[in-house]
Amino acid sequence: MTNTSENRVKCELALTVNGKTETVRVYPMERLLDVLRQELGLTGTKEGCGEGECGSCAVLMSGKLINSCLVPVLQAAGANLTTIEGLAQGPQLSALQAAFLECGGAQCGICTPGMILASCHLLDKKPKPTLDDIREGLSGNLCRCTGYMQIFDAVMEAARRSPA
Amino acid sequence: MPETHIIGKSVPRKEGRDKVTGAARYIDDMSLPGMLYGATVRSQIPRGVIKKISFGSQFDWSEFVIVTANDIPGKNCIALIGDDQPCLAEGKVNHPEEPILLLAHADRHVLRKAIDAVAIEYEPMPAIFTIDESERCSQVIWGTDNVFKTFLIAKGDVDSVWENASYIVEGEYTTGAQEQLYIENNGVIASFDRELGITVWGSLQCPYYVHKALMALCNLPAEKVRVVQAETGGAFGGKEDYPSMIAGHASLLAMKSGRPVKIVYDRLEDMTATTKRHPSRTHHRTALSKEGEILGGEINFTIDGGAYATLSSVVLSRGIIHAGGPYYWPNVRIRGKAVATNAPPHGAFRGFGAPQSLFAMERHMDRIAQVVGLSPAEIRRRNFLKPGQTTTTEQTIREEIDLGKLLDRALELSDYPAKKARFARQNDTGPVNGPIGGPIKRGMGIAAFLHGAGFTGSGERYLASVVGVEGCADGTVRILVSSTEFGQGTNTVLCQIAAEALDLPYDYVAIAQADTNQVPNSGPTVASRTAMVVGTLVRSAAIGIRQTLTGAGSLTDSYSPEEFRAACRLHIAKRGELRSYARYEAPEGVFWDDEKYRGEAYATFAWAIYVAEVAVDLSTYSARVEDFVALQEVGKVLHPILAKGQIAGGVAQGIGFALYEKVVWQNGRMQNGQMTNYIMPTSADLPQIRVFFEEMGKLHGAYGAKGIGELPMDGPAPAIVNAIEDALGTRFDTVPLLPEDIFEAVCADGMADRTIDGKR
Repeated sequence: MTNTSENRVKCELALTVNGKTETVRVYPMERLLDVLRQELGLTGTKEGCGEGECGSCAVLMSGKLINSCLVPVLQAAGANLTTIEGLAQGPQLSALQAAFLECGGAQCGICTPGMILASCHLLDKKPKPTLDDIREGLSGNLCRCTGYMQIFDAVMEAARRSPA
Repeated sequence: MPETHIIGKSVPRKEGRDKVTGAARYIDDMSLPGMLYGATVRSQIPRGVIKKISFGSQFDWSEFVIVTANDIPGKNCIALIGDDQPCLAEGKVNHPEEPILLLAHADRHVLRKAIDAVAIEYEPMPAIFTIDESERCSQVIWGTDNVFKTFLIAKGDVDSVWENASYIVEGEYTTGAQEQLYIENNGVIASFDRELGITVWGSLQCPYYVHKALMALCNLPAEKVRVVQAETGGAFGGKEDYPSMIAGHASLLAMKSGRPVKIVYDRLEDMTATTKRHPSRTHHRTALSKEGEILGGEINFTIDGGAYATLSSVVLSRGIIHAGGPYYWPNVRIRGKAVATNAPPHGAFRGFGAPQSLFAMERHMDRIAQVVGLSPAEIRRRNFLKPGQTTTTEQTIREEIDLGKLLDRALELSDYPAKKARFARQNDTGPVNGPIGGPIKRGMGIAAFLHGAGFTGSGERYLASVVGVEGCADGTVRILVSSTEFGQGTNTVLCQIAAEALDLPYDYVAIAQADTNQVPNSGPTVASRTAMVVGTLVRSAAIGIRQTLTGAGSLTDSYSPEEFRAACRLHIAKRGELRSYARYEAPEGVFWDDEKYRGEAYATFAWAIYVAEVAVDLSTYSARVEDFVALQEVGKVLHPILAKGQIAGGVAQGIGFALYEKVVWQNGRMQNGQMTNYIMPTSADLPQIRVFFEEMGKLHGAYGAKGIGELPMDGPAPAIVNAIEDALGTRFDTVPLLPEDIFEAVCADGMADRTIDGKR
């Protein structure tokens, strides 16, 4: 756990999240997760374990899938961040969000934001993944409710619907 | 069965959109103005007397709100069944991580350090950690004999069966603790107002359990305690009783400070301090005829309850009632016992005692098959319960269930006969080598089981659940229940039922937030009861709305949604509101004897046959499930996608219980309370979990639905361990089986030296 109260000097950082750049006054070693949730009010990013194991806090940082509980906010300055709030276009769900909803990919929903971002990352790399690709690609994101089967269905369905 | 327009269809999950967009608000996503953060100072030892509490000089303690047992306005207990568990330890501690003192501060980082600056001096006392130690009574830590509860089920004359038995088979089976591991940790926010009393928002399953506990703890009348469920990120039983504890803590801090207080555990605190599945030990002694028919038997089922009684008596009850499996026992004696140890109390976890006793039953059935010389499928087939026969509690099976047919289908779906024969050949003559070079052996395992839906025996009668349905002026309908959504699909299924009963589109029906100021007590969301018991009440209450409107002449028997809207509007303009309530009433002629534990234990049972295909790599000794068939009869499937999701999720947890999830204890404290060292299955660890339904019995529940939530937890562990034994020929009587456990057992079997270096 990064302890921010030790470093009593805050700094100003510009963060680009979901296409919008905002300046935040934060401790440089604060967890990106806390800054997203508390400074920017983006509470869709969840904390599950605080040690990079469960993937609930996963966001995209310049195209890479990262666990925001392990990344000091300083490291995110200048990067392009995408959180779950950045996927839908207004009321229009992204293909993955719609497929998660339809296929039963979300049950309690706490892993869902991280799981959908991990799926985004996977489909960016492999637009037509095999089942094994999906198993491998999502293995850093834990889900306790679904047994993963309907998450696999959702990713397959989203891939099927995308043009590519 | 009349045709249905919404029941049986996979409509979108009610709160699903908020969940996939990140808009859903869980407890840690909420905050209140002026809110403080709360934290808990916990016992570092398993048992002892608190001698002194001192506060380190590095902090200005006047900045903190400090609460001890002396600050409790009411009774220092978590009111549940008995009242033996203190909210804060007073004078002595009985388990590691027992809460002693509470702190609150505006800065959560400061708070974390302050916790470590509170020093507690103890006079340690000897502690006990296992069922065996507890039974020996070398230390009496609870009551006069360390026993929380005993039960006896007796049917027929067991003592007469041994003499004429062709075979007598004995075995002892054990299961370990298991962490629920919901991905959202426990958390609440409490606020206090002198006029309004206490309000708690939290991640929880049972708002009225928390309500009852806070009334006793805070010494407040019912109307001054309000409990609201926030979106809840998984529970599985782990948020059945524990939220009363954390809500109590936050409430005490809020009452003392006059400010709202949030307590959200981190993963380590959640895993080490909160409840888990009860460890168990089951002893079977069974008499069989020459043909392999059960003549009778004795089953002794014992669970480790931890330091306080909490839910152990009820877990024990469900455990013993399921201990005989889906088989006919003409004579049986089942003894249940829950004992105390100096560990944090064990609690509710999906299955609630049944996964433990059914693991034993289904392992024992394979043992019996070996002794009698029948196949695992045949020994089960010869003993399956049939309609008209009675269970161990002498409940007559009235539904037209055909377990033989269910078994046939499961064997076919899993390709069991062909695979079993092929694996046996390959294991003997030429197992395929795995990635590290050692051979891989494969096996097939079956588990047959049942799970009772709803509260046991007279439980539903005592609960007397109430459900409300409200028609609104805009023609929409709101369901008023304290039944909670935590992933299973409560919101969706109850809305389907109301929409079906009112002949309205699904979109017209919504569910009110589970807020004790707004909704009646429809009972706890546990025991696979929501779809069946609460669903039936929702249907009745919805029909009540319909009858009110037709009775008043404002609606005809068949109507359009627009006509329904107009009728609602008219009724509300005249009468002010349109509400209908339904209360549970026990069906006539149902017999249950709480003293003798005899009679109708459950309104109905769900039935299942699971088949596991397992590969064991003899280089690493890891076992991997390669295929899994889950076939069940759960009555009418209300929502195929939700139902499949429930089963697949439960099977995954069952695979974890069997092969991955081991709680490592040291002096009563969990040593691996992190996700890095307590391992649950990832997407890469699981096989395709193939889920199938058979609809046979349609006696109970709204539109014929039975309970489904807990069933899938019961079967995977025995099916998998049976398959491992089939692969290796080594006897395994315990779960979890991690590679080191398999290695040890195989070594003990004198086989390891032949395979470990692959040379001999």
